[in-house]
Amino acid sequence: MKDQNLPVIPAEQFTFVKKEEKIHDEKIQTKAIGYFGDAWLRFVRNKSAVVAFALIIILVIFAVVVPFLSHYDTTFRSGYYQTVLPKNELIAPLGFWDGGKRETDNQDSYNYLRSIGVETGRDIIMKEYRSYVDANGITYHDIRVDTYLKVGFAYVNLTAEQYQELLEYQDRTGIQVCYPFAKTYNTDFLQGNLGANYWYKLINESRTTKGEPQLDENGNFIPNYLTTDNKTRGDYTSSMRVAGDDGGANGDSWYVYAMKNQTGYRVRVDYYEYFRYQEGQTPCFLFGTNTYGQDIFSCLASGARLSFLLAISVSLINFTIGAIYGAIAGYYGGAVDMVMERISDVLSSVPFMVVATLFQLHLAKQVGPLLSLLFAFVLTGWIGMAYRVRMQFYRFKGQEYVLAARTLGASDRRLIFKHIFPNSLGTIITGSVLAIPGVIFSESMLSYLGIINLETSNMTSIGTMLANGQVVLSTFPHVILFPALFISILEISFNLFGNGLRDAFNPSLRGADS
Amino acid sequence: MGKYITKRILLVFLTLFIITTMCFVLVKLLPLPAVREMGKDINLILAKREKLGYNKPIMVQYYLFLKSIITEWDWGVGEQMYEGLGVWDVMMQKLPYTVLVNLYSILIAIPLGLAFGIYAALKKNKWQDHLISTLVMVFISVPSYVYAFLIQYIFCFQLNWFPLQLASLSEAGSLFSWRMFYTMIPAIMSLAFGVIAGLTRYTRAELSEVLTGDYMLLARTKGLTKAQAISRHALRNAMVVILPMIIGTFIDILGGSLIIEKIFGIPGVGNLYVGSINVRDYNFFMALSVFYTAIGLMSTLVNDISYGLIDPRIRMGSKK
Repeated sequence: MKDQNLPVIPAEQFTFVKKEEKIHDEKIQTKAIGYFGDAWLRFVRNKSAVVAFALIIILVIFAVVVPFLSHYDTTFRSGYYQTVLPKNELIAPLGFWDGGKRETDNQDSYNYLRSIGVETGRDIIMKEYRSYVDANGITYHDIRVDTYLKVGFAYVNLTAEQYQELLEYQDRTGIQVCYPFAKTYNTDFLQGNLGANYWYKLINESRTTKGEPQLDENGNFIPNYLTTDNKTRGDYTSSMRVAGDDGGANGDSWYVYAMKNQTGYRVRVDYYEYFRYQEGQTPCFLFGTNTYGQDIFSCLASGARLSFLLAISVSLINFTIGAIYGAIAGYYGGAVDMVMERISDVLSSVPFMVVATLFQLHLAKQVGPLLSLLFAFVLTGWIGMAYRVRMQFYRFKGQEYVLAARTLGASDRRLIFKHIFPNSLGTIITGSVLAIPGVIFSESMLSYLGIINLETSNMTSIGTMLANGQVVLSTFPHVILFPALFISILEISFNLFGNGLRDAFNPSLRGADS
Repeated sequence: MGKYITKRILLVFLTLFIITTMCFVLVKLLPLPAVREMGKDINLILAKREKLGYNKPIMVQYYLFLKSIITEWDWGVGEQMYEGLGVWDVMMQKLPYTVLVNLYSILIAIPLGLAFGIYAALKKNKWQDHLISTLVMVFISVPSYVYAFLIQYIFCFQLNWFPLQLASLSEAGSLFSWRMFYTMIPAIMSLAFGVIAGLTRYTRAELSEVLTGDYMLLARTKGLTKAQAISRHALRNAMVVILPMIIGTFIDILGGSLIIEKIFGIPGVGNLYVGSINVRDYNFFMALSVFYTAIGLMSTLVNDISYGLIDPRIRMGSKK
């Protein structure tokens, strides 16, 4: 050996490297990122999906919270405030979202509206764009009218107690609700509630009147209140009186504020204030009201809650059934798979409309329309899920790690649920989320077509609201606007969110469409 | 291939038979609505019921039902609507409206959808692609009835360009007249948006996948210009997948769109179907359910078969 040629180094010159430490590879400093952590990292990088997710959360909160907070519920129906426009009291002073509607009126209608404003002291005509005379010499006014104030006055029947309460309320708050009766004209024109708004002298007082007012030299209305010499008539004890009424201090005539009838009193009220007296707040509907006088805002929340509830239940049930069915078919393959595939083939060929209708006809009476609709969705809905799971199982079941587990004696159940199923979880979750918009769309379509009727006293659905709004689409588009907008945003959000999830769970599929 | 097609067609008939049976039994389990007093028609309806054995066991009724269809092509008569008229005749009278509206919308949608899809794929990841993809996302997600409302409100009410209702046959002269087409435009537009968006997305996805293929590189290497390479190689291969989809869509137009027909008052089969459910006319319901099922099955069948016919590389008979 040539070792002798090496310089001799004495043993004490050697020192041990890392004598105290254990020698091993450097420890991994960061925490391992799991499957879901990995997906999450990819998901948050997708801006549109995150925004869509936030929107969904907002819509869910809207659906859940509004029914608790809103003053109105779906059972609320106002006979006077039907199809009033959306109004937000905070924004109203800016000139939009204020319940105003632009319309063109002839001189008589214009005066009619103006008179309500004069008597109540509120600006019913918000803005006059222009007035013009057409070829036939008729004057028209292009104006913006407050749809809430347009209701004006109404006759209401109260019991003696209710009447007294109303008078006390007047004196306590200083808000005038009761107004004097006008001399009634015996005409066809002024029948019903319309008559409550004609408190001024008309030019033509006969049956044929069209309500043209008699104006004084300044263009003002001439009051035509009903008076009586009998002080006790109507028992009006409140101190709130209209201008010009001295309450009989000079000993002459009295204005009539209420009339006795069989059940109590008939009172002419300023409906805006009367509504406030009854409901504790001024009439103001964020999204307006529909043709039944229901608050669209609350109805929408109620309908949205129904849609979410249905869609999420359907999605969860389909998730479960589809996963189990697909797992069995995919794992065992062969004859089992073929039989199961035939069954799902037949089921998936039944048009959904037919299924929904048959379930509705058979089950709606026993279990209610909602539950029968749920069954209809479940009957065919799981097939897509089962198909996806089956594909995933085919992909994974032949892989080496499964073979290794099987060699070590793992049972079928363990292989399915522990080794293969977690790998298809991403696909399943994505599929479940992407199924939700479909369910919501189908539900709204079926209830729009009237094939199912989900509307009960305290429940409504988006489809029913759409059907209600379509009737007045030309005149009151706001009735249909909000449900349509809601469902559009919901569908877009769910699709974006679902696509984001798909990309996150399965980056190799990014951009591909399934 | 022939064996495969035969197998598939037999399977379709089997599926159709099973579904028809299920439907029939479920419908017959429902209480039979009484015939409304309508004078002379009532005897005809009662005679039809007697012929189909309405008070016999359900399986016997089913046999009679199938027998009358197979031997006489007799689907029964309307009991609650179109009283006394043959179900099949009424359906055939309604079908042209449905087909026509959908056909027009598809004929408009296909070139547009293909063009947008091809353009987006060629401009992949540029702003044009992003714009088209975003719009496609919106138009696919937003339900078709929302466009229908918008179109009805803007074009029919605000601008007064189109009438609200379809022209009647006597007014328009014939189904194919210009007047008929003109009054159908709002419905056609509402239907077309969704088809355009769907086709654009599909075309873009397929074409952009094909464009990255090795043979595209080879085509360019051997001296083809980009345009030549795209039109001769990429488009042809992308079409293999796109064409069956388009063919399937053509079958689907028979079914039509229930909601669009309702909104625009088109007297098509969709409206007939909704009507039959609302008035509980089970003869119409039964016939239309079978009709819709058959269309669905046909669409899938044609889609599957055309894959094999269009692309000889796919040998579908050999393995699934």
